[in-house]
Amino acid sequence: MSLLSFLTGGLIPATAPWLPVAFAGIMAFIILMYVILDGFDLGIGILFALERDKTHRDVMVNSIAPVWDGNETWLVLGGSTLYGSFPLAFAVILPAVYPLVILMLMGLIFRGTAFEFRFRAPTEKLRLLWDWAFLGGSVVAAFCQGAILGGLMHGTPIVNRAYAGGALDWLNPFTIFCGFAVVVGYSLLGAAWMIWRASGELQSNMRVYAKYLGMAMLVIFGIVGIWSPLQNPAYYDRWFNWPGIFATAVAPISVLILAYIFFKHLNSTDQAAHDKTPFFCALGFFVVSFGGLGYSIFPQIVPPGLDIWQAAAPTVSLQFLFPGVVILIPVILAYNIFAYYIFRGKIEAGAHYH
Amino acid sequence: MSFLPFFASPTAIEMARAQFGFVIAFHIIFPAFSIGLASFLAVLEGAWLWTKQPVYLDAFKYWLKIFAMIFAIGVVSGLVMAYEIGANWGGYADKVGPVLGPLLAYETLTAFFLEAGFLGIMLFGLDRVGPKLHFAATCLVSIGTLISATWILSANSWMQTPAGTVMGANGQIVPVDWLAIIFSPSAPYRWVHMILASYLATAFMVGGVGAYHLLRDRKNQISRLFFSMALWMAAIVTPLQILAGDTQGQNTLAYQPAKIAGMEGDFTTGVQALHLFGIPDVAQGKLLYDVAIPHLGSFILTHDWNGVVKGLDAWPKDQWPVVSVEFFTFRIMVALGFAMFGLGLLSLWLRYKRRLYDTKWFHYLTMLMAPSGFIAIVMGWTTTETGRQPWTVYGLVTTAQSASPISLPVVMTSFAVIIVIYALVFGSGILYVLKMMAKLPEPGESMPDDAPLRSHGLVGQVALGDKAGPVAAE
Ligand code: HDD
Ligand code: HEM
Ligand code: HEM
Repeated sequence: MSLLSFLTGGLIPATAPWLPVAFAGIMAFIILMYVILDGFDLGIGILFALERDKTHRDVMVNSIAPVWDGNETWLVLGGSTLYGSFPLAFAVILPAVYPLVILMLMGLIFRGTAFEFRFRAPTEKLRLLWDWAFLGGSVVAAFCQGAILGGLMHGTPIVNRAYAGGALDWLNPFTIFCGFAVVVGYSLLGAAWMIWRASGELQSNMRVYAKYLGMAMLVIFGIVGIWSPLQNPAYYDRWFNWPGIFATAVAPISVLILAYIFFKHLNSTDQAAHDKTPFFCALGFFVVSFGGLGYSIFPQIVPPGLDIWQAAAPTVSLQFLFPGVVILIPVILAYNIFAYYIFRGKIEAGAHYH
Repeated sequence: MSFLPFFASPTAIEMARAQFGFVIAFHIIFPAFSIGLASFLAVLEGAWLWTKQPVYLDAFKYWLKIFAMIFAIGVVSGLVMAYEIGANWGGYADKVGPVLGPLLAYETLTAFFLEAGFLGIMLFGLDRVGPKLHFAATCLVSIGTLISATWILSANSWMQTPAGTVMGANGQIVPVDWLAIIFSPSAPYRWVHMILASYLATAFMVGGVGAYHLLRDRKNQISRLFFSMALWMAAIVTPLQILAGDTQGQNTLAYQPAKIAGMEGDFTTGVQALHLFGIPDVAQGKLLYDVAIPHLGSFILTHDWNGVVKGLDAWPKDQWPVVSVEFFTFRIMVALGFAMFGLGLLSLWLRYKRRLYDTKWFHYLTMLMAPSGFIAIVMGWTTTETGRQPWTVYGLVTTAQSASPISLPVVMTSFAVIIVIYALVFGSGILYVLKMMAKLPEPGESMPDDAPLRSHGLVGQVALGDKAGPVAAE
């Protein structure tokens, strides 16, 4: 046994059935971080559909230019951590939703490159084309992420440690609906982010979008709340039978409280301090939905048949990765917060734009 | 395996291999350029802080804008890799995830976040954080690219020369000794060869751009600076790279002798000649049109004129690597290596004659060689990877066991989509980069967020000069 193995293994007992649970929590945290951080980036892209003005679009892009790469890195961390801690889950989920994964990646390519390219395009027409690429890429990526989630909830057949279904098995009304739900949710995050970071006309536009998107979000919550327990009897039991019904009440109540604060402060233009409140409420919506999702499927990782203990990598792998994750994630959070802090404040368009 | 059946009627797994090979060969060009440019930028900014000469800052700003584009393409094409490795290779993901997953997760934790976290400051933060902290950000980004290369090369080297693991009961590979996994027998060699390759490829590209500028304006101080720096790099590092490549070959001979036999075109065991050219005929098991220097092959590999080296006949045919590919790709890489070496020597000679900046034919030659490093990199990787066939993890997991249960039409469709989108998006990106490279640098270069660039499409409509980047007002 080498020093490194001793160090990482030595910290954690050889049999540690809690490790898969810890990694399930870590995975949940990483995905949540991704969804809210890249969520508002993608939301900015989706909002290009509503904001046509070039100056406004420049401000929107500039508000995320220094941070989007870091936000997207949570997606890479999610993939690699899933690969390392639950390889079997990684190995069946991706082939099961293969077309969605490829489409999502292509969407993210358009989104990620359009950032730079729209400033490099030699003509105004081409710049507009990259704006479309930014919009289209963001919509496609958001939709696919929602649909992948829906497909996961819906259920994945596994035989002999491999996905045992067709290429389009994921395609059904529920997954499509989840796709749309995420598009709406991300736009809401994007709009709320811009309320925080923009001022003037752009900010008031965003307040209007946020109002309608917020209402749409409430409707979506209602539908998902009823529809998703129907995907699988196990979810239904968990939500509507004793004693789960207690927890069940928590989700709608917190959504209503958040919605109250959200709409109350959405238009309080007089107080600069409240410019960020809608954004944090929108984050709250995501935390609640995410909690609900986890509550539905835990301890399954690929419903209906694969739980976290069956999917977990051998203990040695988890032992090795665990200290790295718990030590490095806080460090990463610290320097990411530093980067956000450096670029804090309202974004102004250059005066010469007017 | 020969080419023809593939084109006639590819199987799903062959398509999946072609697709994966395409996306990763595309990806590696950009990381290699990022690794080289990031270090180059750190050197330029350091030299500026040290000497206070504005020419360094101008060169820094010139290449920083190009770096921003290259990096963006590297990131999004890398993201594709991170998921395709599971999507195309489900069986592989299940079996090797316990080993490679943690390595890739550590890569993200220690490298990708570092790069991404400080990239924003590097590109947009000079005015906000001041030169010292900005320099720190540049260094952190460049260290990030090197850390990233270290983990991913560890992962790849373990696949080439696995160590430190045992086969688990359920077919999963179980790690036993992490240090042995991370520093598998080929890892140090591959690391040196790849990092040098990145630096060289960048040096030739930077040198080529400088040469193009000098052809138009011989007096441009900024272009002269990076032209000269690049050629120093080329002259010094190319010989090291050739040595590194030779050592790497010895290592491969020890651990993957079948790959070497295919690379060299040695079909029969014995004292080997060095085959300068030939066309491997896999079906007949011999090299057609062979142009060879007797004994030299044995000498290079064993450092003994009469050393016996195994030929492909030492293995059953179904365990042969993709000889028809690796034979050629290897030769192209080596030929380019020697061409680069030649150019380095020429540059030293011209420097000695004090004619480096005004020898036109040399500038044309340097321009011609600009992409040579990237071509060598793709050729080198193709050699390494096709030479590992039919295994994904050498001797442990076959490519056939690695595949995902995805049907041919699905892989074909996604491959078509990928090709079209890559051509469109990255094609435009490369065009933009070439345009930026064609522009001569000038004193007082702008930063990536300065208005003249940020509003490039509107030149003429807006007043230039103000900041339009992420400017904040408290
Ligand atoms: C020798 C170096 C090397 C090699 C062989 C690879 N990469 Fe790479 N990769 C890098 C060196 C690199 C880099 C220099 O670190 C990049 C380039 C730009 C960047 O952001 O980091 C990068 C980017 C990059 C990203 C984006 C990171 C981000 O969001 O910041 C991902 C997800 C991957 N790579 C994944 C892969 C995978 C799965 C590979 C193989 C199967 C792979 N790379 C081969
Ligand atoms: C960046 C440089 C790389 C390039 C250019 C490259 C290129 C290739 C090519 C051309 C193939 C196809 C070989 C064939 O089918 O004959 C391949 C296969 C493969 N490579 Fe790499 N590769 C690189 C790095 C990596 C790394 C770092 C990993 C893993 C961590 C990796 C994992 C694989 C896998 C899983 C396959 C598929 C199975 C196979 O066909 O062997 N590669 N690669
Ligand atoms: C003329 C001298 C060179 C020799 C003798 C040489 C030798 C080798 C050998 C033997 C391999 C295969 C490693 C394996 O078996 O897995 C290899 C791979 C590779 N070579 Fe070279 N090489 C030379 C020049 C270059 C140059 C000039 C570049 C790029 C600028 C380059 C880039 C690569 C890369 C990227 C790989 C794949 C990664 C790896 O396995 O390290 N090589 N080289």
